[in-house]
Amino acid sequence: MTAAGKVFLFAVLGFLYLPVAVLVAMAFNASPLYALPFEFTTHWFEELSGNDKLLAATRNSVLIAILTTVLATIIGSLAAIALSRRRFRGRTLLQLLLLPPIAIPWLIIGTAMLVFFFWTGIGRGLHAMVLGHVALAIPYVVLVVGAGLNNTRIDLEEAAMSLGSTPLHAFFAVTLPLLMPSLIAAALFAFAVSLDQFVISYFLATPGVSTLPVEIYTSIRKGFTPEVNAVSSLLLAASMFLIIIFARLTKVGGVSGRR
Amino acid sequence: MAAVDAQTIGKSYGATAVLDGVSLRFEDGRFTSLLGPSGSGKTTLLRIVAGFVTADRGRILIGGEDVTQVPVWKRAIGMVFQSYALFPHMSVDDNVAFGLARRGVRGEEARRRVGEALEMVRLSGFGARRPKELSGGQQQRVALARAIVTRPRVLLLDEPLSALDRRLRQEMQVELKRIQREVGITTIFVTHDQEEALALSDHVAILDRGRIVQAGSPGDVYERPATRFAASFLGDANFLEGTVAEGGVIVGGVLVRTDDPLPAPGAKALLAVRPEKIALVPAWGAAPAGHNAVPATVRQVVYAGAASTYLLDGPDGVSLTVFAQNRTGGPVAEAGATVTLAFPPKQTILIKD
Repeated sequence: MTAAGKVFLFAVLGFLYLPVAVLVAMAFNASPLYALPFEFTTHWFEELSGNDKLLAATRNSVLIAILTTVLATIIGSLAAIALSRRRFRGRTLLQLLLLPPIAIPWLIIGTAMLVFFFWTGIGRGLHAMVLGHVALAIPYVVLVVGAGLNNTRIDLEEAAMSLGSTPLHAFFAVTLPLLMPSLIAAALFAFAVSLDQFVISYFLATPGVSTLPVEIYTSIRKGFTPEVNAVSSLLLAASMFLIIIFARLTKVGGVSGRR
Repeated sequence: MAAVDAQTIGKSYGATAVLDGVSLRFEDGRFTSLLGPSGSGKTTLLRIVAGFVTADRGRILIGGEDVTQVPVWKRAIGMVFQSYALFPHMSVDDNVAFGLARRGVRGEEARRRVGEALEMVRLSGFGARRPKELSGGQQQRVALARAIVTRPRVLLLDEPLSALDRRLRQEMQVELKRIQREVGITTIFVTHDQEEALALSDHVAILDRGRIVQAGSPGDVYERPATRFAASFLGDANFLEGTVAEGGVIVGGVLVRTDDPLPAPGAKALLAVRPEKIALVPAWGAAPAGHNAVPATVRQVVYAGAASTYLLDGPDGVSLTVFAQNRTGGPVAEAGATVTLAFPPKQTILIKD
C-alpha cells in the first residue's frame, strides 16, 4: 500500500470511529458538561444503575430486539426458501415487493403503521413495536438468506437423496448446516434493525413504555447527562461482542480454509 | 446388483421432446455408456433411472421391480455427480458413512465398511480430511467410495471425469474400470467423450435428439456404425456418397465395393470408411488385389510423431482423412502428391444418412 493510501485509510477509519471513541471516553469523564481535562470516573455508570427509566427502556429495547430476531429470522428464512426453491405464480412479483420497504423512508412506514394499528385496534405499546420491527426486518432476512441459498448447491441435496435421504432430511443434514452463516448474519441484521429503530418505536411507544433510542432522544431534549454515554457504551460493547462472534462463526475477513 | 430396464421412456419439457420413446436394457453387472452430444437426452435418461426426473411415459425396472413411482431415496442406487457433490461440512469418513447411516448401518460395522471403501479407491488414511483439502482426483474417488459403500443395485455416473485434466482422467478411467469389475455392479455412465466410452464400456448406446441411434459392444458400434451420426460421433469417418451400380457404388466416377447388401441399382447409397482402415499407395505402387482403389490428392499432412494424418481431396472433390503410422520414417506422401487410397470392401460400411 502506498503512503497516500495509508493516510486515506486512517482518515476513513478516524472519520468512522472518532465520534464513537469520544462518546465512550466521555462516559468515563467526570465533568457532566463534557469539559476537559479528562478525569476518570465510573460515576455515570453508578448513576445509571439508579435511573429506572433508562434501564426499563434498555430492557424493552433488548426484549423487542430478541423477539424481532427470532420471529423475523424464522419467517424470513422460510420465505427465502420458498422463493428460491419453489416455482409458483407471482414469485418474481413477491421478490420485487420485498425491496420497497427497505427504500421507503421510515417516517412514512412509521406513520402508516401508526394509522393502520390505530384503525385495526392493535394500538400502541410493546406488542405493536414488535410487530412493526418484525415487518421491517423480514425483507433484510429474506435478502441475506436468499443470497446464502443461491450459493448452496442443489446437487448436494441430490447426492444426499441418492444415498437414501428424504428431501426433508437432505435439507436438514446438508443445506441447513451450510446455510448457518447466512442465518446468523440475517439474525444479526434483524437484531440491529430492531435495536437501532427510532422512528417507528417513537410513533408506537406509549408514555410508560419506550425503547432506549426513544428514551435517549427524550432525555437529550431535556438536556442530558453522561449517563446516556454510559448506557450507549454498554450497548456498543454488546454489539461489538455480537459482531466478533459473527466474524468467528462465518470467518469473515479470515482465510476460509485451504483450497 | 440387478439389471435395469428402461421401457419406452418419453419426456418433454414444454414443446421440446427430450426423450422420445427410448427403450434400453442395462444388463446385470455390465458397464453401459450413454454417449451423445449435449441435448441428446443422455443425462435426462440417467436422471430418470435415478428418480430425480419423472418420465412422462414408460417404465423403469430395477432387478425386475417396477420403480417408476419409487422416489430416489428408496431406489437403492449409487450416484457420482459431475461436480463430485461431496458434503463440504463433513470429513471424508462422514461423507462415505452418510449413506450407510441412512440405511441403518452405524458403529463398528459402518467404520469397517467405510475403511474398506476408502481402501478400494486407494484413499486409506484420508478419512479425517475435509473434501476441500483433497485434489480433484481424490475428491472424485471419495465420491465413488460414497456411492458404492452402500452396495447399491446400480451405479450411476454423470460425466464424473469431465472436470479432471487429461492425465488424471486416464488414470481414473483405469481405476473406475478396476473398481467396477471388483464390485461387479451394473453401471450406467453418461459421457460425451467417445474415447472414454470406448475404453470403459461393455456396451455403448449412442443417443441423438432423444432417440437411441445405435447400441452394442464398443467394437460393434465402432466397426459397424449404422448411421452418419453414429459414424461421425463415435470416432472419425470418411463418407462416400454415390449411386448403386455394377455391384458397388459409383462415387464421382470411381467404383467402390462393399460386402454389405446394396439396394437396387440406381438408388442413392452412403458408404463410411474409418480413416485408419485406408492405406496410402504411392502413385508408382498398386492397391492390393480385391481392395477398393480411389485416387486422391494430398492437401495437407499433419505429422504427430507416431502417426500422421493426411487430409486429401477425393473424387468429386470430397474431403477425406487417412491415419497412418510412420513406419518408414516420416510421412509417405507430401502435400500436392497424387496417391491411391486402398481399403477392403469388408471395411466399407453401408450406412443410413
